[in-house]
Amino acid sequence: MTVEFWIVQTFNGLSYGALLFLLASGLSLIFGVMRIVNLAHGSYFLLGGYIALSVIWRTSTFPLALLAGAVAIALVGIGMERLFLRRLAGQTLGQVLMTVGFALIFQDLALLIWGGDPYSLPLPSWLQGVVTAGALRFPKYRIFIMAVAVVIGALLWLALDRTRVGAMIRAAVDDAEMAQGVGIRVPTVSLGVFALGALLAALGGGIGGGFLGVYPGLDFEILPYAFVVIIVGGLGSLPGAMVGSLLVGLLDNFGKALFPELAYFTLFAPMALILALRPTGLFGRT
Amino acid sequence: MKDRRGIVIGLVAVIAAAGVAPLLSAYPLTLLTQAAIVAVLAMSLDVLLGYTGLPSLGHAAYFGVAAYAVGILATDYQRGFLVCLVAGLVLATLTAAVFGLLAIRATGTYFLMITLALGMVVWGLAFRWVSMTKGDNGIAGVPRPELGLPWSMGAPLPFFYVVLVAALVAWALLGLLVRSPFGLTLQGIRESDSRMRALGYNVWLHKYLAFVLSGAFAGFAGVFWAYYNGFVSPVDVQLVTSVETLLMVALGGPGTLAGPALGAALIVFLKNFVSVYTKRWLLILGAVYIGVILFAPRGVPGAFRRNR
Amino acid sequence: MRTRAFTVLLLATFVAPLLAPPAPAAQGAPIKIGFLAPLTGPFAQIGKDMVNGTELFLDEIKREVAGRKVELIVEDTEGQPSTALNKSRKLVEQDKVHLLTGGLLANVGYALQPFIDGAQIPATYPVIAADDITQRKPAKWIVRTGWTTSQPMHPFADWVLKNTKYKKITTIGMDYAFGYETVGGFQRVFEEGGGQIVQKIWTPLNTNDFAPFLSQIKRDSDAVLALFVGRLALQFMKQYEEAGLHGKLPLLGGGTTTDESVLPQMGDEALGTLTALHYSQAIDSPANQKFARAFEARAGKIASYYSEATYTNMRWITEAIKAVGGKAEDRAALLAALRKVDIKDTARGPLSVDAHGNPVQTIYIRKVERVGGKLQNTVITSYPAVSQFWKYKAEDYLKQPLYAREYPPCKACQ
Repeated sequence: MTVEFWIVQTFNGLSYGALLFLLASGLSLIFGVMRIVNLAHGSYFLLGGYIALSVIWRTSTFPLALLAGAVAIALVGIGMERLFLRRLAGQTLGQVLMTVGFALIFQDLALLIWGGDPYSLPLPSWLQGVVTAGALRFPKYRIFIMAVAVVIGALLWLALDRTRVGAMIRAAVDDAEMAQGVGIRVPTVSLGVFALGALLAALGGGIGGGFLGVYPGLDFEILPYAFVVIIVGGLGSLPGAMVGSLLVGLLDNFGKALFPELAYFTLFAPMALILALRPTGLFGRT
Repeated sequence: MKDRRGIVIGLVAVIAAAGVAPLLSAYPLTLLTQAAIVAVLAMSLDVLLGYTGLPSLGHAAYFGVAAYAVGILATDYQRGFLVCLVAGLVLATLTAAVFGLLAIRATGTYFLMITLALGMVVWGLAFRWVSMTKGDNGIAGVPRPELGLPWSMGAPLPFFYVVLVAALVAWALLGLLVRSPFGLTLQGIRESDSRMRALGYNVWLHKYLAFVLSGAFAGFAGVFWAYYNGFVSPVDVQLVTSVETLLMVALGGPGTLAGPALGAALIVFLKNFVSVYTKRWLLILGAVYIGVILFAPRGVPGAFRRNR
Repeated sequence: MRTRAFTVLLLATFVAPLLAPPAPAAQGAPIKIGFLAPLTGPFAQIGKDMVNGTELFLDEIKREVAGRKVELIVEDTEGQPSTALNKSRKLVEQDKVHLLTGGLLANVGYALQPFIDGAQIPATYPVIAADDITQRKPAKWIVRTGWTTSQPMHPFADWVLKNTKYKKITTIGMDYAFGYETVGGFQRVFEEGGGQIVQKIWTPLNTNDFAPFLSQIKRDSDAVLALFVGRLALQFMKQYEEAGLHGKLPLLGGGTTTDESVLPQMGDEALGTLTALHYSQAIDSPANQKFARAFEARAGKIASYYSEATYTNMRWITEAIKAVGGKAEDRAALLAALRKVDIKDTARGPLSVDAHGNPVQTIYIRKVERVGGKLQNTVITSYPAVSQFWKYKAEDYLKQPLYAREYPPCKACQ
């Protein structure tokens, strides 16, 4: 194992982790505020990618495509929360089954609208190619993914930690009833968080479209990764989602490179271990 | 009152199925067989969900582990029915015993997440432990068992009756379980964890035993599933299978045993018939999920009861 | 009230079809063909291609053969073995089809085999390529109208030995039987001819990021042999270029790696890739040009091997039905006729069947080129009348184990 091997694999792991962060941070926030296990979250990721694809075909503008996908799915999220999930507050089972129902419907609609062919999101020229450092090559697009994740992560952290809205969200995460009691409109907060989560997932899907591609089945393929991230990191915790996604990205990468036969074991075994030692995850409240 | 009606409806369904079976052609008969097996799976989950209040998202794990045990033993080692049955049950029970240790500490949504994660571990093994499970290709050619009966299990009708008897046995045992003092304690825990603890019950142990027993019965269903399909693949342990089982219980009404069993049958028929008429059946299945939750939150039987 | 209406509706949707009587099976009635394809799930688009290919041929013959109408009953497998099994039961026992055909993935192929032999229903596999179905575990009632996985790879290795300077090759492929059989077939002939496989990398089926695998490829290999399908092929190509390997390490591949079902979505990164398959949309024969044009007009996309496979499959079936004078009810005779088909001018060239029920056919060596702005698999050369056993004697070949993850063993690895 050369030094180069470790550098390249770490870079790859971090860039995959960065993408997972976009997906998982929203899921984690939604869970934190609403205690919903959203099985349609992978669908947001997939639909975000598809919408970005349609926009880029027509306008050839990459940032616009990402934005359109994210906003459209945020609206879908608002609709789902406002019209359906809100009625089921506190019904764990009902919410899960409801989100499954939506995931199935989204899956079929995507097939109906975009057909089943796999696509790759075409990248603008400034994101193609590689940055070389000696013998090492770092694809620009992966650097871009990391940069986006860092920016989003910083914005989320600032927003949660330094703003009034952030304080309201944190209060709702800690104790929804208490927050309601001190005059925070928890339903509105919930709606906002749900929309934000959907937006982030769809943004991840658009960005992931240039890297993982966009294809039927991606929704349920990516979903377990998001769950592993938030289980490892701790449900409802932003730092948890950050650390969890990096950890999962690295574990997945090194696991595949060093022990390819055990590809899933290197991912799930540490998760089971963490569950055994800290049932609420690394950053979850005990 | 509620109990007795469930038993009566269930028995009527079983007797009707048994009586009508010889008149049916092979295809509806195989669907009935499938329904009976999946009904056992749904009832086993109902012990957890309906009676103990623990919604598991990893129930396919025990079902699948047992199916794999049968698949591997019956093909690579040519073992008979009894060995496969015992191995399947033991393996499913052990899996549940280990998972239970990790999962029982959590409640509510956390429990849901943890069981989902543990179910994924089993799926990962089925998918990647190729030397044992043949990975994505699955294990094909599981022969129907020889039970020492005068009828060949290869024919649909005798096999259906055997499965029906097995399902009845499972129903009876589970029925006794939930009506026993142990089962009543579980229902007490479902209503109020803390009250039962204050009354001096060992809540953890009760939940844990319910978890393990539920896994064992899921394994019982898995054994017959392997024989029924003659085939075991990672599909049998995937998340969607677990979710579908939850839907069956929700549809039939949690906490009634007979309800989830009928819910299971309903879903089996729905999937097989609707997909014949339209390619868009996923849309319909998705709408059923949403519709059940919105319009019949206590299951179909609950919906009718309220109106009387 | 709403609740009750909903439940009644739900109950009605499944009770109603139960009451429908099973189909009658009278002479003179149409010949029924049951067709299985994944119409939902990740493989839905390929399933659609398969149905389109089939329907195209049936329309061309006006859905009539040997004086009888042909009725096609399509069922969705969801790409899952247990569903495929249920639907096969429905087709055979409820609809009373005379012949069963279709299927995409090997796991479905293996799952259906015991059922088909048990029900003694004539069946064809146009796409499922798992070697052993016509080799070591032959199915009595299944005739393959497609190919075996390793069939194109034997001549491909022969061609690479004779026409390139590549002596040391690294393989990277999907970690399942289809990958093993592709790589194994290549490795056997390549190493017997003096070449060396110096490294074998297997990637899990749901790999998203190829980077950890690509960085392992030995940079002193002469070339890389890749085997991917569908979206994996698309991503692999892109990431191969991203890793700086395109143009540096020449890329060879199994036919699906540049199949026309994904080729239009690829870019310049695919240029120059050499592959082998029993079909290319760019085959320059009148039969193929006619098929390819008709398919494109019908489906609005270019033909792939999946659509050609099912198109020619249906032609094969109708030839057999003609041979038995339309008496599709005589299952043994129909099966025998299916095993005797010999067509000179299919879209993919002349076809005949070997004693084990697999086609003997032309294998095309293809190179990805850009012609008229579009990528295509240009045919460089072809090997006529290639059998699944290549130049080996069938008995000897069948004594070898099935190509697997560790077989042939990689002697030159490390």
